Formats: sequence, C-alpha cells, structure tokens
Amino acid sequence: MRHVLLILVPVVATFAILPSVYSNHLLLFNFMIFIMLAQGVNVIYGFTGYLPFGYVGFFGAGAYGFSLMVIHLQAPPLLALPVGAGAAVVLGLFLTPLFRLSGAYFSIANLAAALAVLQVVSNPNLESITKGPYGISLSGVFNPTLAYGTALAVLAATLGLVIYLRNSRFGMALQAIREDPISAGMAGINVVRERIIAWLLSALIAGLAGGVFAWYVSVFYPETVFSGEFTIFAIVFALFGGNATVVGPILGVVILYGLYNAVGISTPQYFQLIYGALIMGLVLFLPNGLVSLLRRWGLNVP
Amino acid sequence: MSPDHSPLLIIDGLVKQFGGFRALDGLSFSLAAGEILGLVGPNGSGKTTCINIVSGLYTPDGGSIHFEGRSVAGLPSHRLAHAGINRTFQIPRPFLTLTVRENVDIAIAYGRNRDTRTDTDALLSSLGLLAFADQPAAELNSARQKMLDLARALATGPRLLLVDELAAGLNPAELEHIAAKLKDLACSGIALLVVEHLMGFIGQITDRIVVMNAGKEIFEGSLANAFTNSQVVEVFLGGEDAA
Repeated sequence: MRHVLLILVPVVATFAILPSVYSNHLLLFNFMIFIMLAQGVNVIYGFTGYLPFGYVGFFGAGAYGFSLMVIHLQAPPLLALPVGAGAAVVLGLFLTPLFRLSGAYFSIANLAAALAVLQVVSNPNLESITKGPYGISLSGVFNPTLAYGTALAVLAATLGLVIYLRNSRFGMALQAIREDPISAGMAGINVVRERIIAWLLSALIAGLAGGVFAWYVSVFYPETVFSGEFTIFAIVFALFGGNATVVGPILGVVILYGLYNAVGISTPQYFQLIYGALIMGLVLFLPNGLVSLLRRWGLNVP
Repeated sequence: MSPDHSPLLIIDGLVKQFGGFRALDGLSFSLAAGEILGLVGPNGSGKTTCINIVSGLYTPDGGSIHFEGRSVAGLPSHRLAHAGINRTFQIPRPFLTLTVRENVDIAIAYGRNRDTRTDTDALLSSLGLLAFADQPAAELNSARQKMLDLARALATGPRLLLVDELAAGLNPAELEHIAAKLKDLACSGIALLVVEHLMGFIGQITDRIVVMNAGKEIFEGSLANAFTNSQVVEVFLGGEDAA
C-alpha cells in the first residue's frame, strides 16, 4: 500500500497534470508508453530472467488487434482495447514453447517470432484484412484526450501490477525461478505455470500499450508498431534503472528517454555517442542498474 | 502387515539411460520412515542419478518408485515437494539474490507443509543461520549455503529427505553438528537417503547402507559388513584383474 502512495499516485498524477502546463502531449504520451513497456520487460526479464528481444511483437499485436476491431467490427475503442490486448496474450500463449529454450536462444527465437508476425501483418496479400504494408488509419475514432486518459489508466494498472509483484509471494516465487528453476521446483513452486503467467501478464501490458498507442496516433504503418526500437528502448530503460524493482524502470525511462529527447532530436550524432557510451558503462560497471547504486548507499529501493 | 511397518519408499528395477550409457540399470531398494539409509559407491555408480530421479529432476526410463504406497515416478519436482519428498544438492543451490529468510519463506509459502507451525526463525536458528537471516544468500559461505539448502528442504515438511553429499567440505565440528541434526530428523520420523563419500560420517549416522556399482545395488547391510564382502572390496579397491 505504501508503494501505491509513494510511486503509483505521484507518477499517474504527474502525467495527469502535465498536459495542462506542457503543450507537447505526444511526448508525454510516449513517456507513458515507454514506462508501460519498460515495466512489461521488467515483469518477464526482471522477475523471471527471460530477455524478450521480440517484445515489440506484443505491442504490434495489441495495436493491430485494436485497429482491426475498430475497422472491421466498428467496435468502440474502449471495447477494442481489451480485445486487442487479448491478441497479444494469444500470441504469448502461442509462443510458450519458446520456454524450452534458455538464455540467448530464447531471446533470438522471440525476436524471430516478432519479425514473423510483422511479415504476416504487412503481407500485401492480406490487404483486405490487415491493410498490408499500406498502414492503418483510424480517423473515425480519433480522440486524443480520451486516448490519453485511457493510457493513464493502463499506466496505473501496470504500476499496480509491478507493485503487487514486488510485494507478493508470487513475485518472490518468480524471482526464485529466475535464480534457480530446479531449486524453485523443490521449494514447491510450479515453475512452468508461474513462468507462463508472468509471460502472459507481460504480453498483456505490451498489448494494452500497443492498443492505446494505435488509438492515440490513429495513423501508422506495420513498421511503426513492430519497430525493433520499442524493444531496444524498453530493455535499455529497464536495465538502466534496475530490474525487479518498481522505481527502476520508471527512473530509466525518465532519465534516458528524457536525454533522448533533449539531445537526440537536436544533435543526433552526439546522442548516439552518449547513448552508446552510457550503455557500455552500465553493463560494465552497474549491471543491476541505477537502483543498485542507491542500494549500495544503504537505501531500500522499492 | 499394518501400513506403519510397510516401507515409506520402494524403488524397484529403476533404469535411467543417458544416450547409450545406462546410469541406472535395475536399481532396487526400500526405505522405512525414521530410517537413515546410506547410498555409497564409486564415482559414476549412479547415486546422484538415483536422487535426481526420486526428486523429479529426471524421468526414469524404467522401473517403479512408490512413496507412501503411491507411484511417484516421473512426477515434476513441485508435486514431489508437495507429496513430502525433498532434497539438498551436492553443490548448494540457494536463491542467491534473495535473503536467507526469503529463501526459507518461499518454501514455506509454496511447499504445502502439513505442519503449519513451521517457523522460519526457529528453522534458521536450528541450523545456525539466524544471524544471517537478512543477508542475501550469495553472501553465505558454502558450508552455510549447504545448511540453507537443508533449511529450505525442511521448510516444506518432508517425510523423505534426500541428502546429496552434505558433509563434503565441512570441518569436523560442523560434521559433528550435522550428524546430530540428521539423527534428530530421523528420530522425528523423517526417512533419510544419504549419499556420501565420507565413510566415517556414513558409519556414524546410518544403520544400513546400499552399495552401488554401475547402476545396480551390489550389497545391502551394515557398513561394517560391507567391507567383508568381496564384491564391495573389489569395486572400491580394485580386483586382481583391475591393476
């Protein structure tokens, strides 16, 4: 409960108030999307140790699930959103055999799966269903204010989930599985089931983020919502801040995405240099992220 | 025969193959509640493979395992833990980033221990770990990590405990303490299957041993009698044609 007051409420309140004092709403919206995605990576990587290089596949599945509901069934956006997220969860279920793989093999197979979904969606022969490579236009339901508000709700739910994982025995079981699946089994944890639950929750977060992103931007191409940049950013933000915590991924997004927007847009050449050096330095000297630095100073990081 | 006197664990004709290698080749023995059975034999004779199968890490390729009258061969580890079978590991496997207390708490939360009075602090204290309760398990030395393995196993309330080379690497005082601890556990009714190379330790805690060679039992009886058995002597010291 303390974490809800200290983290969830301030973060959500900040994003609720900022639009009235800051005019670049798209930027604020993107901050929220990246906090959701970094937390989604946190759920599957931070808590269970599987690094999903194809995480964007769930984001794209959510965006397309949402859009196809709106286009073909004229579904209202607030109904299309959970259905679209359901598409991401179904994709997650479909990919559960990947857990037979471990380490880098899992990551590579997951990346291949995301690319495969992109190829299917952007196949010109499926134009009548997915609009193929020509992209989606949802001008009929365009409503940035409501979409922004919905994103706030998804953000709150995401943070609520991670706070639950951080403080519950289920979250502890996931961390036990990450540390040693064999020992976790001997401790009585159903390793296969708990890991799949975490995976599907992670897919659900990305699916909701993708759906609300599709609604907010309302015009996009397959390459937009299946862009590997979403995966890379989400992973780097989560790693930078510190996995298996609530505040780590938030810190990561605020600092790194903030830096990206401050330096990256105006002077991209310096940005890439700074970003690259930062990532190398982190992996070498601070593999557990910023929060491990705070922990070293004796702070208990939620 | 009343159920109290029937063996807790009956292993019959257990077979495990790794490719063309038969690690277990028809192993059979049984174990009663409250008994400590030593499983000894040269390296590669199949002792740890046997424990890995009984604890669900491997599925057997043949034979049967009955625990409390129920077939448990091939069940996954968590179901065996719920059924009352647990183990320690030759190389301890704690959850390194979790604290010592969390390591035990999680086994209490998920282990479905029938004894609901199991208390983390009491368990840690009985194994000399209470002072380290709030440290990450990674900071424990390897002897204490072994004790943590044991604490985690006991937190699930096992009726059969598989102990894989717990004594290796412990100093004499620690050995003395752990021998007494294992005997206490047996007195409380837990059956223990102990794999060990330290014969002194085996002799101190067991009444009965099974000697294995090449995936089969070749002797069953007391440790003292084992070394009057020509086959056992040949396996451990080499026969006339082994030189």
